[in-house]
Amino acid sequence: MAHVSSTLPPALRRKRRREAARTAAFLSPWLIGFGFFFLYPLLSTVYFSFMNYDGFAAPTFVGLRNWDFVFTKYPSFWQGMGNTLWLVAVMVTLRVAFGLGVGLLVTKVKTGSGFFRTAFYLPYLAPPVAATMAFAFLLNPGTGPVNHLLGEIGLPQPGWFTDPSWSKPALTMLAMWGIGDLMVIFMAALLDVPREQYEAAELDGTSAPQRFRFVTLPNIAPIVVFAVVTGVIQAMQYYTQAIVAGKVASGVIGGSGQQFEPGYPHGSTWTLPQMVYNLGFQRFDTGSACVVAIILFAISMAFTSLLMRRRAGFLNSED
Amino acid sequence: MTLAPSLPTKVVPRTLALRAARRKAVLNWVAVHSLAIAAALFFLLPFVFVFLTSVMTDRQALTSDLWPHHWQWSNYTKVWNTDGFLTWWRNTLLYAALGTALTIASSLPVAYALARFRFRGRNLALMAVVSMMMLPPQVTVIPMYLFWAKQLHLSGTLWPLIIPMAFGDAFSIFLLRQFLLTIPKEYVEAARIDGCGELRTLLRVILPMARPAIAAVALFQFFSCWNDYFGPQIYASENPGAWTLSYGLESFKGAHHTNWNLTMAATLLVLAPVMILFFLAQRAFVEGVTLTGVKG
Repeated sequence: MAHVSSTLPPALRRKRRREAARTAAFLSPWLIGFGFFFLYPLLSTVYFSFMNYDGFAAPTFVGLRNWDFVFTKYPSFWQGMGNTLWLVAVMVTLRVAFGLGVGLLVTKVKTGSGFFRTAFYLPYLAPPVAATMAFAFLLNPGTGPVNHLLGEIGLPQPGWFTDPSWSKPALTMLAMWGIGDLMVIFMAALLDVPREQYEAAELDGTSAPQRFRFVTLPNIAPIVVFAVVTGVIQAMQYYTQAIVAGKVASGVIGGSGQQFEPGYPHGSTWTLPQMVYNLGFQRFDTGSACVVAIILFAISMAFTSLLMRRRAGFLNSED
Repeated sequence: MTLAPSLPTKVVPRTLALRAARRKAVLNWVAVHSLAIAAALFFLLPFVFVFLTSVMTDRQALTSDLWPHHWQWSNYTKVWNTDGFLTWWRNTLLYAALGTALTIASSLPVAYALARFRFRGRNLALMAVVSMMMLPPQVTVIPMYLFWAKQLHLSGTLWPLIIPMAFGDAFSIFLLRQFLLTIPKEYVEAARIDGCGELRTLLRVILPMARPAIAAVALFQFFSCWNDYFGPQIYASENPGAWTLSYGLESFKGAHHTNWNLTMAATLLVLAPVMILFFLAQRAFVEGVTLTGVKG
């Protein structure tokens, strides 16, 4: 490029330079932000992952000891990894399927569609802490309304957030309650499917499930991929609901300096992001916390790169 | 359908076919709406139960009764007057309002440059925006905490959460850019012919047109500050005077251990502003969600 511009007439060269300065000026908040809130902490995290550092005394180099600790001597790492993968697999699948179902339903509703859209969307807006507290109450095994209603119709009453085999399903239910964003995205995609394709398929004598399979699905496939990939990334970051549900269900008083059994009950809601907080801010093992942070980063970026494929249509440009 | 009487010879077969089609349509209507009602119950009943419990007496809240015998509205004033609740409220509002204003002021020019300027490395910059948008906050939190707490001694305040917003927010940049791409180039060119510089074009031409997108970004940003739990837990937890509603709410459950009625009243008080804001600006919000998910 440099040699091309050197052959340009001076007026044009000046214009180029002015344009570059203008671009830099417009981008400057982001350039600073990217460098300081992304690159710098990322490199520091890598640096600290090789250091023994308690946040107070000077850090000392320990090579791969933190990595070895996390992978081989810290059994709750694999438990947390297992829980995170469980949430990724189950929560994302059910959320996307349910979001698509509700989106489909909403496009078919003729009477009161405004009411239904709002009703399905509202829970998405509930602040995560408030939503989790509400669900901890609703699913509270002793006096909660859900178990009350289940008892009334003679069904078993699970322990939900207090039972290790029900805590993750309870969190999944909470996640499905907040489906509003996916519903809107799917609804928009479904309304974009060309009418003529349905009409043509109908003339060919296809059944409704066949039309869904051969007309709807291919048309909305990019949005399904988008929903799955962003869902996986969100599930990797899953934090607030897991920690609040654990605290409320275990009856531990929240607030500053209070310790509680992480991942209550029995580590069943323990996830990778909580591990970073626990190792770094409660056990003051900065090095190991940074190892977990890098693992989290690597997995998240692997999925992010899927979104950035040209085919995903996520990074479309004007030309 | 009104044609039928004028064609007497074909009345019989046609009405039969029509009747079958109509019956099918009615059945379809009933099926769709029953499903929708069932779904609406799943989405709305939690709000109803939470509300009903929030007005129960302390004693009734300990039972599994679903309907309050005596509507105790004073639960709400009791929560409102709890130590700290007003402070948390004020802190949350400060965090959300300042954070939103800073985010928009810093993200709009970046989004404009990414949507309109042609420069080397533009795709790289876009990839960087998306990467940052998808980055779990836990990945960078340790060095950032060390910086804010040890270098600037700002832990115990919300400033470590607010100040970074003056340097662009990836999600807002992305969403604004998606929207700006949909504004025809001709507007920019017309402004240029009228002698506007880029900044004037952005402020005078683009800004008014981008109002819906800016409203959507503002709402998203406001909600994400309002809902943030991780940030305040990291930076504000040591100082109850800097807690936000999301962080304080959880400790409220601790302070009122068995009082589900008060806890649910507090939960609704945290939820209410979000709901009110949503009803006031519903369209902007839904447009914003669509914009993030669908290629522009």
